[in-house]
Amino acid sequence: MAAPKALLRAGHPTWWGGGTLRTLSSQSNFGQGLNPSYDLDPNPGRNPQQGLMGSMASRFYDLEQFREWISRFWSWNLYRKNKVFSYTLKHYGPSVAAAHFVLTHGGAVRFQDQEWLFPQDKNQFLWNNHHFQKLPLEEVDASGCVINYYGLENLVFLPSLRSLRLCGCPYVDDWCLGRLHSLGSSLQELSLAGCPKVTERGLACLHHLRSLRRLDISNLPAVSDKGLTQILVEEMLPNCEVVGIDYADRLKLLSEDQRRVEEKAAAAVPGAPGGLMPT
Amino acid sequence: MLRLALQLRVSRGLLSRGLRTRSRGPIDDKDGKWTEFKRKLQVFWPGGSWEAFSGTIHLPPEHADVVIVGGGVIGWSVAYWLKRLEARNNTIRVLVVERDPTYSRASTVLSIGGIRQQFSVPQSVQLSLFSIEFLRNINEYLAVAGEPPLDIQFCPSGYLMLASEENASEMERNVKMQRQTGAKVCLLSPEQLKNKFPWINTEDVALASYGLENEGWFDPWCLLQGLRRKALSMGVCHSHGEVIELVSSVRPMVTSRGEQVNIKRINEVHVKMNSSLEYQPVGCAVVINAAGAWSGKLAELAGIGIGPPGTLQGTRLPVEPRKRYVYVWHCPQGPGLEAPLVTDISGVYFRREGLGGYYLGGCSPTEEDEPETEDLEVDHDFFQEKLWPHLAHRVPAFNSLKVQSAWAGYYDYNTFDQNGIVGPHPLVPNMYFATGFSGHGLQHAPGVGRAVAEILLNGEFSTIDLNVFSFSRFYQVEKVQENIII
Repeated sequence: MAAPKALLRAGHPTWWGGGTLRTLSSQSNFGQGLNPSYDLDPNPGRNPQQGLMGSMASRFYDLEQFREWISRFWSWNLYRKNKVFSYTLKHYGPSVAAAHFVLTHGGAVRFQDQEWLFPQDKNQFLWNNHHFQKLPLEEVDASGCVINYYGLENLVFLPSLRSLRLCGCPYVDDWCLGRLHSLGSSLQELSLAGCPKVTERGLACLHHLRSLRRLDISNLPAVSDKGLTQILVEEMLPNCEVVGIDYADRLKLLSEDQRRVEEKAAAAVPGAPGGLMPT
Repeated sequence: MLRLALQLRVSRGLLSRGLRTRSRGPIDDKDGKWTEFKRKLQVFWPGGSWEAFSGTIHLPPEHADVVIVGGGVIGWSVAYWLKRLEARNNTIRVLVVERDPTYSRASTVLSIGGIRQQFSVPQSVQLSLFSIEFLRNINEYLAVAGEPPLDIQFCPSGYLMLASEENASEMERNVKMQRQTGAKVCLLSPEQLKNKFPWINTEDVALASYGLENEGWFDPWCLLQGLRRKALSMGVCHSHGEVIELVSSVRPMVTSRGEQVNIKRINEVHVKMNSSLEYQPVGCAVVINAAGAWSGKLAELAGIGIGPPGTLQGTRLPVEPRKRYVYVWHCPQGPGLEAPLVTDISGVYFRREGLGGYYLGGCSPTEEDEPETEDLEVDHDFFQEKLWPHLAHRVPAFNSLKVQSAWAGYYDYNTFDQNGIVGPHPLVPNMYFATGFSGHGLQHAPGVGRAVAEILLNGEFSTIDLNVFSFSRFYQVEKVQENIII
C-alpha cells in the first residue's frame, strides 16, 4: 500500500500542484522553455484561478480561448449598455435622452416640479416625452446601475442637474469622477457611497464642482486612508457637507499601558501640557 | 543465534508496526540519497524543468523577424502592437533585447509618470489622447487570462501651465489647437486662477491653461509590466543583453538626381549577454531602435551619421542622454488635495504625491549648466539654487519645506527640436526609430507603439499620421518644434 503512494507522490508537485498555475499561452515561447516569472501578484503562492473552468483553462488552449471570449463578451455587453442614446439625443434633447438612459438602466429621475419617474414608468415617459422636452432634468438616482465612463457621457451635459446619486455602482471609477467637471456650475448633491472602484485619487478632482453642498463618500472600500481623505476633501470643498467617513477610522485607541507611558513621558518634560508633546 | 537475530529484525521491521507505514517512507533515508533521487525524478518527470537541449536557453533565438532594441515602455509597446496587429497569430517572431532587467537606469521607471494634452504639435496631442484611451481601457487591452487585473493608479488632477506676458499669445494659440484636436483644456485669467487655487501667487502671471480632463499622472511601472506581461503571453521572445554590433550589407545606388548613395541593410544583430563574453548573432529582417537615451549610440553602430557633413549619410541621430533631477519634499502647509501638476513660468514643475503633504518636482536646467550624464548622482545644490526660489515665489507655502529624497533619470533628449523620431531611416530602410521623445515618451508609448507597428506591417500610418516625425526632417532642417517641455 505504502510504496505506490510514495512513488506517485514523488513526481506529483512539479506537474500537478506545484507553484502558481500559469495560463498556457503565457508559457509558449517558441521552444525557449518557460518564461521567467513575471509576477504582479503580491502572494504568488495562492492560485488565482478558482473553480473547475479556471483549472481546466490552464491546461487546454481551447478552454483558455473560450474563457477569453467570455470575458470579451461581458466587456462588449457593458459597452453596448453604455452607448450614448444618440437617436433620443438628436430628436428629443439631452434631458429626455438622459432620463431614457437612466430609466433603461433601472434608475430613477425627477424633472423640475414633477414626481419621481421609476423604471416601470419608462413606457409612459416615452409616450409623453413632448411633455418633458421643455423641462430641465433636476435629479438622477442611478444607484446600483452598470454605468461606466462611456455611459456617463449621457449625463454630463445636463445644464441644470442638481442631484446625482451613484451609490453602489460597480463600474464608476476615478475616470468617471474626472468626467464630472462639466456639471460644475449646477450640481449640488453627489453621492458616491459604496462604489467599489472610487479612490482618493478620483475624489481629488471633485473640486471642479463649485456649487456642491452635500457629498456622500461613505463606505468606499478602495480609499486607503479614510479619515485623512475625509479631512482633505472637506478642506478642498469648504462649502460642502461631506458625510460618510469617521475621522477616527484607522486610528487605534491606545491601550491602558501605552497611555500611562505616554502620560509619564509628557509629565517628564517641564512645561508641557498634559498628553501633548511640543514638537 | 542467527534465528534469534532474524526473528528480532523481522519483529522490529514488520510485525511491530503492523500495516502502518513509517514516517520516513519505505526507504531509510539517512544519507539523503532517497531525497536526492526524488528530486531528480521530479526534474525528469514530464512537465519538469529538464529539457533535452537546455544549453542555450539563456541565449536569444538565432533568427527573429523583428528585433526591438530597448525593453523600455516604448519597446514593449511596439512588441505588443506588432503581435496584436499581425494578420495571423504567431506569424512574426519578435525579440526584445533589454540591457538591464532591473530597469535601474531606465527612463520609464524613473519618470514621474505624467500625461497631458498640452503640447504645441497637434500630433503629440493626438498621441496623448490615444494613450489616455488606452490607459482607461488598459484591462481590456492588456488582459491576460488568469492573471490579476492591472491597477494603473491614474490621478486625474490635470496640468496647470502658467505663462508670462510674452508667452501668453503663444499659449492661447496652443490651447486653440489643442481644443480643435479634441483635448479639454481651458484658459484661466489670473483672477480666475486665484479664485480656483488660492495658494498660488499670481504675480507676473498673464495667462494659465488648465487641463480639465484626461490629464494627470499614473504608475509607469504598472504600464511597463502590463505591456511586458501581455506581450510575453502573446509569444514575444525577450533576452537580457546588449547589442554590440550590427552586421549590415551595403549597396551603392544612384538617385534620380545622379547622387551616389549607399543603401544599407542590417542582416544580423549581435547580442552580448550580460556579465559574460558570449554573444549570439541574431539574423533579423527589421531592427527597431527604441533604446531611449542611448539610441544615438545604436544608430552610430548602424553607420548613421558617419559620412561627409551636410549629406543624408552624414546626418546623425540627434538624441543624447540628459540628466534630470526629481526632488521629493515635505510641506504640511502646502497645496491641498485639489493641487494639479503646476508648471511655472520659469519651467519649474511640482505635483502632489500621496495624501501626507508630500510633493515632488523638478526643473530642466539651462543649456549651459547641463549636468554630466555618466552617473545618476543627484546635485542637491540645484534644488537650493534653481528650484526653491521659484517654488517659494509661486507658492508662498513652500517657503518652509524639507527635502526628503531625490533621484535622477535620463531624458532621451532630441537636441534638434525636442520631438520624437518615428519611422524608418531613409538610407538604412530596415532600421525603424521610436525614440527621442525628450521626456514625454512614457505618455506617448501606446500610440507610438501602434504607429510603428502600422508603418512596419502596412507601410503607412493609419491611426495617427506621424509622418512629420520622420528622420528626414533632420536632413531637410524642418523643425517640428515642441515648445512645452517639462
